Amino acid sequence: MEFLQLENIHHSYFSSTQAKEVLRDISLAIHEGEFVSFIGPSGCGKTTLLSIIAGLFPATEGNVYIDGEKLSANNQSSIGYMLQQDYLFPWKTIEENVTIGLKIMEKSHKTHKVTANALLQEVGLPHVGNNYPRELSGGMRQRVALARTLAVNPKILLLDEPFSALDYQSKLKLEDLVVETLKTYKKTAILVTHDIGEAIAMSERVVLFSANPGTVHKVFEIPKALSELSPFDVRQHPAYADIFQTIWKELESLG
Amino acid sequence: MDNTLFKQYQQLLKREKRYVRVYQLIILLLFFGGWELLSRLEWIDRLIFSSPTHVWHTFIEKVSDGSLTLHVSVTLMETVIGFLAGTLLGTLIAIVLWWSPLLSKVLDPYLVILNAMPKVALGPILIVALGPGYFSIIAMGALISIIITTIVVYTAFKGVDPNYSKVLQTFGATRWQIFREVILPASFPTIISTLKVNVGLSWVGVIVGEFLVASKGLGYLIIYGFQVFNFNLVLMSLLIIAFFATIMYQVVELVEKTIIKNNG
Repeated sequence: MEFLQLENIHHSYFSSTQAKEVLRDISLAIHEGEFVSFIGPSGCGKTTLLSIIAGLFPATEGNVYIDGEKLSANNQSSIGYMLQQDYLFPWKTIEENVTIGLKIMEKSHKTHKVTANALLQEVGLPHVGNNYPRELSGGMRQRVALARTLAVNPKILLLDEPFSALDYQSKLKLEDLVVETLKTYKKTAILVTHDIGEAIAMSERVVLFSANPGTVHKVFEIPKALSELSPFDVRQHPAYADIFQTIWKELESLG
Repeated sequence: MDNTLFKQYQQLLKREKRYVRVYQLIILLLFFGGWELLSRLEWIDRLIFSSPTHVWHTFIEKVSDGSLTLHVSVTLMETVIGFLAGTLLGTLIAIVLWWSPLLSKVLDPYLVILNAMPKVALGPILIVALGPGYFSIIAMGALISIIITTIVVYTAFKGVDPNYSKVLQTFGATRWQIFREVILPASFPTIISTLKVNVGLSWVGVIVGEFLVASKGLGYLIIYGFQVFNFNLVLMSLLIIAFFATIMYQVVELVEKTIIKNNG
């Protein structure tokens, strides 16, 4: 069995007036250390699927296995989740923000400061531990959010459009940082994005979803020659434009 | 060049601040001076509106016979306890409602009714139930602010961006951890601003309570002065209430500044 296994996932949202099917029969396997992107038109249930993998709520039908273990309400595997905005707590210092996950999981307090410092060093912000989030720029804050996510040593990182609120330059820099960090720690990651370029630049596989209800439409393998490069260099690679065109056409055909 | 401009700007700020202070002082002097003058010229009825000098004489007299200290401390004690009890209980009920969405749905119409009802109308019932003493007056001071605190704080709890809770949920946080780490600190600014409203409300509750039942306190002095037609006493009590209510408000503002400093 693969590291992350999705088995026939169905999901419906219920409201007082209707039941809406958002995901239909999703089966996917992702191996350890792989970087996979989910793209698709809005309403294809990408974020819903991510929340299910994160264990925020169970799917109406189907199973999720992480590292061979079935995901259930009382067996929450350690998952790192990065949101569209940093959602750093403004009343906590950067150091407290980075270690909040450890605090929640009640790991020993002594090691927190060391972990925080090492991670902040890793994301290129060695001297901000005692500052407050409002004193940092948007790109820096998202880097702190990355450090917070990594602090609990998660098995899988789920990235829900984490670069969409940033300016272009910060976005490119952060893409490189994230890919580099994940490679160092050999982390498995899933990225949800609207940006085809970002998906190609960062991942080894791109999963295209169709909407209403969300199903897996097509899976694109990114050639090894590209996925070995940093996201910034992938964008400069001659093969990049062709892959972009292929995915773009497929996305267009979904309407 | 920049330096001189900056100095000029600082001087401008300082001058403006001085002007504001001067005008504030002028208004104060005009008020008391005008009051004294109109009273001496008998343009206003001296018996009803008194005059600053008469109020001052009454003040000195009451201070020297020691009775004023007693009245002031009784009222202050009642107000502070009523204020704290109202705010704490209101916040506590808000926490219970947040904890149990079902309970909050069930209780919703009752909260609306209780909020709409003028609490001072409950005064006579409180006095009968709790006895004519400090206890029913404190209850009045608390009761008047409980429901509004509950509603405002509960709304603040619900208004916290759910993505903050989501961050903690992905770490497997319990409901209590989410409350302690996110919901409560994110709601501190709202809780503090209800404190400011509650300061005023508690004074209303306590003074009305004293009108109804007390034999001590500033509210009692006002009613007593009214009954024996001693308006020197009434106006003196009013000025003292204004003074202490302002001080309490300032204290709350100080607390706000220290707590909110890093919450921005």
